[in-house]
Amino acid sequence: MATLFGSGIKRREDPRLITGTATYTDDVKLPGLLYAAVLRSSYAHAKLTSVDVARAKRAPGVVAVYTGADLKDKLNTVPCAWNVPNCDLKVPPHPVLATDKVRYAGDGIAMVVAESRAAARDALDLIDVDYAALDAVVDPEKATQKGAPQLHADVPGNVAFTWKVAGGDAAKAFAEAAVTVEQRILHNRLLPTAMEARAACASYNPGTGQLTCWVTSQNPHIHRFLLSVMTKLPEHRIRVIAPEVGGGFGSKIPGYPDEALVCFASMDLGRPVKWTEDRSENYKVTIHGRDHVEYVSLCGTKDGKITGLRTRVYAGLGGYASTAAPGIPTILHGLILSGPYTIPNIDVTVYGVYTTTTPVDAYRGAGRPEATFLLERMIDLYARKIGIDPVEVRRKNLIPKDKFPYTVATGLTYDSGNYQGALDKALSLVDYKKFRAEQAKARKEGRYLGIGVTTYCEVCGLGPSQVAGAVGFGGGLYDSALVRVYPTGVVRAYIGAKPHGQGEETTFAQIVADEFGVPVENVEVVAGDTETTPQGWGTYGSRTTAVCGSAVKVAAQRVKEKAKKIAAHLLEASEADLEWKDGKFSVKGSPDKGKSFAELALMANVAWNMPTGVEPGLEATAFFDPSNFVYPFGTHACTVEVDPETGETKILRYVAVDDCGPQINPMIVQGQVHGGVIQGIGEALQEMAVYDEDGQLLTGTMMDYAIPRASQMPNVETAHTVTPSPVNPLGVKGVGETGTIASVPTLVNAVCDALAPLGVTHIDKPLTPARVWAAIQQAKGGKR
Amino acid sequence: MKRPITLNVNGVARTTEVEPRALLAHVLRDQLDLTGTHIGCDTSQCGACTVHLDGRAVKSCTVLAVQAEGRAITTIEGLTPKGGLHPLQRAFWEKHGLQCGFCTPGMIMTAADLLAHNPKPSEAEIRHALEGNLCRCTGYQNIVAAIQTAAAGR
Amino acid sequence: MIPTSFEYVRAKNLSDAFKLLGKHAKVIAGGHSLLPLLRFRLAQPDTLIDIGQLPQLKGIKKAGGGMKIGAATTYRELLESKELKALYPLIAEVTEHIGDLQVRNAGTIGGGLAHADPAADMPPVMLVLDAAFLLQSKAGKRTVSARKFFKGPFTTALKPNELLTEIQLPAPPKRTGMAYASFEQAASGYALAGAAALIAVANGMITRAELAFTGLADTPFLAPAAAKLVGTAGDELISQVAAAAVAGVEANDDIHANPVYRAHLATVAARRALTTALGRAR
Repeated sequence: MATLFGSGIKRREDPRLITGTATYTDDVKLPGLLYAAVLRSSYAHAKLTSVDVARAKRAPGVVAVYTGADLKDKLNTVPCAWNVPNCDLKVPPHPVLATDKVRYAGDGIAMVVAESRAAARDALDLIDVDYAALDAVVDPEKATQKGAPQLHADVPGNVAFTWKVAGGDAAKAFAEAAVTVEQRILHNRLLPTAMEARAACASYNPGTGQLTCWVTSQNPHIHRFLLSVMTKLPEHRIRVIAPEVGGGFGSKIPGYPDEALVCFASMDLGRPVKWTEDRSENYKVTIHGRDHVEYVSLCGTKDGKITGLRTRVYAGLGGYASTAAPGIPTILHGLILSGPYTIPNIDVTVYGVYTTTTPVDAYRGAGRPEATFLLERMIDLYARKIGIDPVEVRRKNLIPKDKFPYTVATGLTYDSGNYQGALDKALSLVDYKKFRAEQAKARKEGRYLGIGVTTYCEVCGLGPSQVAGAVGFGGGLYDSALVRVYPTGVVRAYIGAKPHGQGEETTFAQIVADEFGVPVENVEVVAGDTETTPQGWGTYGSRTTAVCGSAVKVAAQRVKEKAKKIAAHLLEASEADLEWKDGKFSVKGSPDKGKSFAELALMANVAWNMPTGVEPGLEATAFFDPSNFVYPFGTHACTVEVDPETGETKILRYVAVDDCGPQINPMIVQGQVHGGVIQGIGEALQEMAVYDEDGQLLTGTMMDYAIPRASQMPNVETAHTVTPSPVNPLGVKGVGETGTIASVPTLVNAVCDALAPLGVTHIDKPLTPARVWAAIQQAKGGKR
Repeated sequence: MKRPITLNVNGVARTTEVEPRALLAHVLRDQLDLTGTHIGCDTSQCGACTVHLDGRAVKSCTVLAVQAEGRAITTIEGLTPKGGLHPLQRAFWEKHGLQCGFCTPGMIMTAADLLAHNPKPSEAEIRHALEGNLCRCTGYQNIVAAIQTAAAGR
Repeated sequence: MIPTSFEYVRAKNLSDAFKLLGKHAKVIAGGHSLLPLLRFRLAQPDTLIDIGQLPQLKGIKKAGGGMKIGAATTYRELLESKELKALYPLIAEVTEHIGDLQVRNAGTIGGGLAHADPAADMPPVMLVLDAAFLLQSKAGKRTVSARKFFKGPFTTALKPNELLTEIQLPAPPKRTGMAYASFEQAASGYALAGAAALIAVANGMITRAELAFTGLADTPFLAPAAAKLVGTAGDELISQVAAAAVAGVEANDDIHANPVYRAHLATVAARRALTTALGRAR
């Protein structure tokens, strides 16, 4: 029988999505439903001198109004769950509604609960707030300087933590280096913009003491835990349901005040309460991504061997430490700074800094795009300085394929890789040599063509729970599956992760169907309900297939082992004499005498004739905890033409060669790469959240924040190599974030390459036409 | 003040009470239980709320329900033939033109308008027609492929 | 995002609409300029007067050598008019890039012009075509040239009791070329800077030249510098005229483009529009 593993079958989740019959959180409707709206601070930094809700309480349709003062003793503060060790982390309290002070424009001040959405919204206008304005500070570097406004009483200089990692002897390497390049690198602040904004709907049953909360979540079990902490309700009384989730990109990992507020309101009022974010509210209060200022130096020999890398990072955290925030610029950024290269000496210092802005947390790639960008940017600067082709510099420093597992200077051990293979494939697809010739010809004609080539590797498939504990992550990073076989031989797999677009209802069904030799239609994958799924840790960090998919595989294997015992019993043979072929256990040598999976499912579930000591039923749960992270890799190449008159960049070709190990469903893998690359192109060319000096978000709607549109984006040419990972039974690596990780430097390097003849060396992203044009003018001015 | 209005939705007259300020998108979702129409922004940019009004794609978050009175409204639920799929729905499924699915109903409604008036659009024409529909998952490539596939099958 | 409460009246005819017009009323047709303002509560009218379905405000008809367009005609309807496209290809070309497919299906030409967004694409087209707008009220009607209509950002010559009911396009001069060039703000699609040009040619010499900008300053405006092209063959002068047209203008400043870049883009747009228009006129 042909395996489903490797087959690009159509997705199982699609029929409900294409017909509009899927249920997202805001689609949930309950009898007696109330609607909540939150009053948001209009100031970025201010003392609250008074909050008067009397008029709002009297407004028609209003059921309740809560302020920070009302809830102070009733709800706990919002926890930060990644307590990175050895960095003097300071996490000041983050109240669910501000009590004495607001710390970003959007900080919650009061919540109205009313009979309709409109009544709740109307009542917000009737709340009178007196602010005593304080100075704002939006730049993380400036926030650490003397005289900067102080956000939290117990965090001097706004520095939440100072984290360091070092390997080798960077000081010595730089002292002895023949060549050093330095660059200040900015990672533009980004708005994740899942197309579905956040929402939460809570229903408390006073009779049973049970709370059900539907929430836009990438990780319902983490939300159950966080809601338990915030509401003080024991965890076993809380059921979290993440129904259909319309994208996350990291923004639906954290615990937010809003879902705790609706839970509290439902408990307080005895009626279900729903809150749904507007897009402009989403841009103000849902986490942002990136926001680093980095001072980077790279050193090496004159012939292209990199000997050292140093960076000092100011990572903006926003007004409060969001759930995973401290881990992003440190563990997920600092530790991967060697990239795919053998850089012997690395020295990293990261300052996590509170600023009067929206909290910053994991956004697609989370730390790894920042690391890859600065490394790849620095290599191009280095290559230009020593006059060697940037591809040759990369090739010279790649970890050789026979050196795996390979431990880099920052201490991570990479599982497997063949970086040269992916590089060769990408160069051949983009026809690097031919392009260089075209470029030379074009330059003579006054046209500016450029190429960027990125060789990357990243760390994902998070990850061994022991490591999670060691790096302060407030949870495990194993995942789980319960595979249940019904009497008729159909199967359900209940999983701990929570896919929200990545297609695991299909790929996991492929795994199970292969294991049992049943049609994929007979397998259903269930996720998102803490009541039915075993403890898991969610979908982020490109972990779902590598970790939860492995749990599915192991659970299915356990089921099959039991089925084999039953088959042996029924066939009056020893297990050793059985073979599995074409969906049947049969006695070796007599293939016509066998028991199909469906027959065994029935016999196990009716239990009429079980082997001694074997329990009835046919199901198994597995918790899979990997021995290491996985390290997908690849090479992306992009060619561009820049119009020097206007600064506009035209993408000519984009080639992505990725290696995520064996692909369960190539169609889905390709879709992940397409989406990831385009999201990265957004970061590279047009997306940036901008605040004014008063801490007001100037890109507060889609009229000003430029999400890539169909008419602006190119097609992506995809290809792959296959290097299995030894750390999980499927051999797979993650691919959800690689596109976003690799594409940003690829684009920026291509544009900088195009403009090299004009003397442009670096442009801060995003490379809007305005910025590219300004850089050209500056370079021209410098030449004069 | 609320007033009764009758909307012709998916070929059925539906009477409901609305305030004049009620957005068509909210009325479809909250009062008529047609939750396939989604809301993804508040500035008429994202197109998740796209429905047909008198056969033309419009953003139902930028239309008042009272404005739609007496006009024919088609939502994604109405586009779906009973017991089957519209050719565009089939093509989106076939070509992996969706991931999280949130933008998909709006995408399909816009694409249906495009193909009704331009049965064989070029790739550039498709991308131009999708300017008012944002997708954060797919990078658009497979959405374009899906629309091309649906057009080829006509 | 829910507007404040208001009364809604669907006008049965124009005099019905005139009765309700006033300080606390807003007029809605397609709603694509107004509804976002209502949702953000930046506009809080007591009454909304819907004129979008009035048949007397719809339609495109020939008039003299020119055309008349009802103010509530949608962009989509403009695009579907072969006659309009034949006589004023520039209108079709620009309309195709206003908003997006759904916005063009609902948005109306009169609504967009009365909204007077300083970065909208249609106003400079109206300026170079020397269009006139028919404004009507209970008291009567008057015609205002497009060149005297746009007063500032979101501000026009319309009085609170008046409605823009018709766009009147004069016959284009013979042997005319028209063009529009613009640079879009990546998020909104509005023009960072855009220029519309109209050039008429006789015997190889330019007999009329019009140039208008949008997005550049606080209101769309006609650039007198274009007149320098009249009586010349054009070509070499175009760059100079484009630069002169922008020189001295106080260019807008926002997060998307500073005044220097915006003025530069306007110059490039002007040059490209004039060059294309001249090419089309020949």
